[in-house]
Amino acid sequence: MGTLGFSATDYLLVLPITLLTLFALGILLIDLWIPPEEKWVNAVMALCGVAFSAAAIWNPFRPGILVYLEAHGFSGRPAMLNAMVVDRFAIYFWYLFLAATAIAILMSVRYLETEHENHGEYYALMLLSVAGMMCMAAGLDIVLIFIGLELMAISTYVLVGFLRRDRRSNEAALKYLLLGAFSSGIFAYGLSLFYGLTGSTNLAVIARELANNVLKSEYRPVAIVALLTTITGLLFKIAAIPFHQWAPDAYEGAPTSITGFMSVAVKAAGWAMLLRILILGLLPMRPIWVPLLVFVSIATMTGANFAALTQTNTKRLLAYSSIAHVGYMLLGLIAGTATQLSPDGIKGILIYLLVYTFMNLGAFAVITSLRHRNVIGDELDDLNGLYSRAPVEAVLMLVFMLSLAGIPPLAGFWGKYFIFLSLVSSGHYALASLGVFYSVFGLYYYLKIANAMFMGKVEKDGEKLPIGLTMRAAIALTGIATLYIGLLPNSFIELVNWALGIAQNPNVARLTH
Amino acid sequence: MEAMLHITTLHYLVLGAALFLLGVIGVLTRRNVVIVLMSIELILNAVNLNLVAFSRYWQGMPGHLGGPGALHGQVFAIFVITDAAAEAAVGLGILIAFFRNKETVNVDEVNLLKW
Repeated sequence: MGTLGFSATDYLLVLPITLLTLFALGILLIDLWIPPEEKWVNAVMALCGVAFSAAAIWNPFRPGILVYLEAHGFSGRPAMLNAMVVDRFAIYFWYLFLAATAIAILMSVRYLETEHENHGEYYALMLLSVAGMMCMAAGLDIVLIFIGLELMAISTYVLVGFLRRDRRSNEAALKYLLLGAFSSGIFAYGLSLFYGLTGSTNLAVIARELANNVLKSEYRPVAIVALLTTITGLLFKIAAIPFHQWAPDAYEGAPTSITGFMSVAVKAAGWAMLLRILILGLLPMRPIWVPLLVFVSIATMTGANFAALTQTNTKRLLAYSSIAHVGYMLLGLIAGTATQLSPDGIKGILIYLLVYTFMNLGAFAVITSLRHRNVIGDELDDLNGLYSRAPVEAVLMLVFMLSLAGIPPLAGFWGKYFIFLSLVSSGHYALASLGVFYSVFGLYYYLKIANAMFMGKVEKDGEKLPIGLTMRAAIALTGIATLYIGLLPNSFIELVNWALGIAQNPNVARLTH
Repeated sequence: MEAMLHITTLHYLVLGAALFLLGVIGVLTRRNVVIVLMSIELILNAVNLNLVAFSRYWQGMPGHLGGPGALHGQVFAIFVITDAAAEAAVGLGILIAFFRNKETVNVDEVNLLKW
């Protein structure tokens, strides 16, 4: 730590975040000049913002930079006075957030027109929340992680309540805000205790101090309290049982396009933060947090799968399904020995998040497309006879459902495969079989949706479903991705291996002090 | 007598923990949304108190962790204050939107969405 100043490299490394923020502010400005019938310009601007941001990510495929960095013992590039580290792990998640956001924007255009709430703020808030997510995924300093989390969360609270005249949307936003702010407070309390125990806000230093001093000293109980509060906050954000109550309500009440966005991008950001904190900062406390996660994971799989059985609202059903997926993903962190993580487990989580992004967004895109004229389209009955009204969408929805259930030739299988494999190879046979059991169990409610689409009686509204061009693009993109990853997973597994090459390497520690 | 008047870091931490618990109890038991929001502020202020107390503590420490690095806690506290303000603004905005449609601020009547 020499001079207190940022170099040009620092600004280049955070350029994707800066661009997103600038585009968000730009959308707010130009929205004032756009006449109400041409609000699609906002969506184009937002897509441009996402594209520019993606192009500005320090291109990891360009040889030279990484080779240089690795030759010099760097695991990733620290930026902004070590507040963040732009490593492969961060870059992987950055691309993931941007892909999810682009698809969510495509889903939104027609939907917002139908809802008569087509305002520029929608896209601006979306871009701002992605800027927050990027800070979370790249954060090395708990201050930055916390601020990124809050930027994401506060933007999302507003987005959930975006349908101002809809009481369900108001209510969802209120519940999400109260529980979200509550959990952020608990999370921040835990972070403040870690700061007090270790004297640093840097995750790498926190890990070092915990391992070398704190856990051996009389302050160990305080460290455990700090761990409990921090992990409570983290589990709130990824919606694991018993901290899940907000998720079904927020998912059901939010605009459907935002439900899709939340269920993949916001969730992936929560996971990126959880992995950063647990793997980088709190790895010395692994013997303490593993039993906690075992309990939470079993509770999550059991509770969410049973709750999903009785749902009649599709969005709520998929909310419980997404909670159940969190349960499976948590198993990936449990795999391994008492002190050592299993690389396969983390790999499984990253692949899971990748495929989950596409299959879940696809499912929500199909549900969003059901919204037209006076039909809200989020009840299970609204899917009745979809096959005769929109055959391609119905078939793709079936693909998404089977993929969510983890049926082998589809993408969803690979995430579960690596996680269960890592559990078996580290000897957690009981947990692995429980996970497999609940995967099969989940097939029931996914097939309930398929059943409605193909067997359900067509109501009087039997005409073809009007689906806009952008929506078709969103459904096609997610469908192709789900099939492609499922059939040819090799390059994606390579990609995840690449992403983990650095994140698992705790050499970040040597960059600090 | 002098020793009794001395306020140590521990005193601040106990106060912080008490504020935190009061906030958590407030969120879990109060039914008025405005009071729930105030309880959340209480939690965030407990965090601030902790951060500033710890920052003070580490400033007095010799070695690489003491000194200017110990100011991180103060900076963190300023960020948390900003965050609390943003959260309160958005929270009250959502509450007003909700109140316009429903005419209540009681969380028991936030009951449209349930399984």
